[in-house]
Amino acid sequence: MAQVEARSVQAKPAQGRTARAKPWNWRPASIWALYAVGFVPAVWYFYLGATGQIAGNAVKEFEHLLGIWALRFLIAALTVTPLRDLAGVNLLRYRRALGLLAFWYVLMHFLTYMVLDQNLNLGTILADIAKRPFITIGMACLVLLIPLAATSNAWSIRRLGPNWQRLHKLSYLIVLGAATHFAMSVKVVTAEPFIYLLIAFVLVGYRALRPRIMRWKKARRLAESAR
Amino acid sequence: MASYRYPNVAASEITPRSVWLDRRRFLAGVGTAAALPLIGGGVAHAAALKTTPGPFTIDEEPTAKSDVTSYNNFYEFGTGKADPSANSGDFRPEPWTLEVDGLVGKPQKFDLDSLHAFPLEDRTYRMRCVEAWSMVIPWVGFPLAALLDRVEPLGSAKYVAFETVVRPEEMPGQRGLFQPLEWPYVEGLRLDEARHPLTILSVGLYGETLPKQNGAPVRLVVPWKYGFKGIKSIVRMTLVEEEPVTSWSRLAPQEYGFYANVNPEVDHPRWSQASETRVGEGGFFNAARRPTLPFNGYADEVASLYAGMDLRKNY
Repeated sequence: MAQVEARSVQAKPAQGRTARAKPWNWRPASIWALYAVGFVPAVWYFYLGATGQIAGNAVKEFEHLLGIWALRFLIAALTVTPLRDLAGVNLLRYRRALGLLAFWYVLMHFLTYMVLDQNLNLGTILADIAKRPFITIGMACLVLLIPLAATSNAWSIRRLGPNWQRLHKLSYLIVLGAATHFAMSVKVVTAEPFIYLLIAFVLVGYRALRPRIMRWKKARRLAESAR
Repeated sequence: MASYRYPNVAASEITPRSVWLDRRRFLAGVGTAAALPLIGGGVAHAAALKTTPGPFTIDEEPTAKSDVTSYNNFYEFGTGKADPSANSGDFRPEPWTLEVDGLVGKPQKFDLDSLHAFPLEDRTYRMRCVEAWSMVIPWVGFPLAALLDRVEPLGSAKYVAFETVVRPEEMPGQRGLFQPLEWPYVEGLRLDEARHPLTILSVGLYGETLPKQNGAPVRLVVPWKYGFKGIKSIVRMTLVEEEPVTSWSRLAPQEYGFYANVNPEVDHPRWSQASETRVGEGGFFNAARRPTLPFNGYADEVASLYAGMDLRKNY
């Protein structure tokens, strides 16, 4: 539904100009640019790690960096809707890219842990996942992200219909899980993990309030047009 | 025929950048020194130390100095690994006073010169962090027992309690809204652990005085225990009868105990202690984990200290 809306918004200005030469459509390019920019932290830190320029426990530092960027992209993807509702800024066309970037970062985070950190020692990895709650939660988030990433294409959206929306509400659970995973992994209480937890709670809490906010906005719009 | 040869100047003969950037202050200093012969006597930053080879040498490659001095846990300067080297610029480890009191016959204050007057030894030890990484560090120091002998502990003394300096104005991790730990950082050892010949007070590494991020000017090194037992920038040692409170066990008693002996059999609740990453070894792609050894490989020397104790309970 949301996808269709986005497309119709996109179509309007283009129609007015079709009579003349078709202007270059910058939107798909801007989405590819977002992917390119989004992978910069991973590529840059991978380069630093591979060339021995990360001091100390390089693998762990890289692993943590990928994790924190995964959380940032999750948060960015879930900020698209409130930003449109409350500030009138429509970034809907970038939401899929943000969500997929989050998925790729989570996957790289896990692969770094599995391959570079634990050297594919499956016994230790499975024991970690089973025994240590913060790793269990992190793993659950990765597993839950898989169906979301797999259905992030136009065909799935058409095919699943309203179930697509329902399925993708899993992202609320995932962002809460990811922020909890981060907060539980640190040794001491510092501001950073709590800021992420707070943001995650605000974003998910907004979804609970959203129907009321949208009703109020609609009523106001109707009142204005009646005048 | 070469008409010109590049001058072959040894790196050590070139004036360090920090010194020539500071040349005006240096000149001012020279002027002051002429007027007031008070300058000198103190220990210059990163000064070379006179040492003799010490016992317990190990046949393992020391970790690069750049890693030892840039990857640190010293929460007084921030909780990030790079924070201690980045944020310790304002810290002044000179002059310094280490006070030793409590159940002792001769309570004493040691200044830097008197600490440096102990016979300094090179001691290359393994260092195992509780976070499952390790290093090999060439410390410079002297047995803690030598200092304890000077203060003459009373028969009633059973433990040594240690305390780090509190200087929020010089240590950014000690100010601000979120304080990760309660200050001062405190640690403790049983008296027999403190007197063990492996236990040293370190005043340097790699042959020079301790960098600030490594706990200048004086810190504890107990190589068979997790790194957090090695309390840094010590201002006070008190001999006591009861087991003293320690910072990490106060914060999370289910995760960190008083003893904190390196033990591959007892996991940290949130990660395995069975293996460790040796910093700098194998690089990014071959950072092969090595098995963690009981008592960090010093079992022959120290296991007898804990005979009959349940090390699962006394972690």
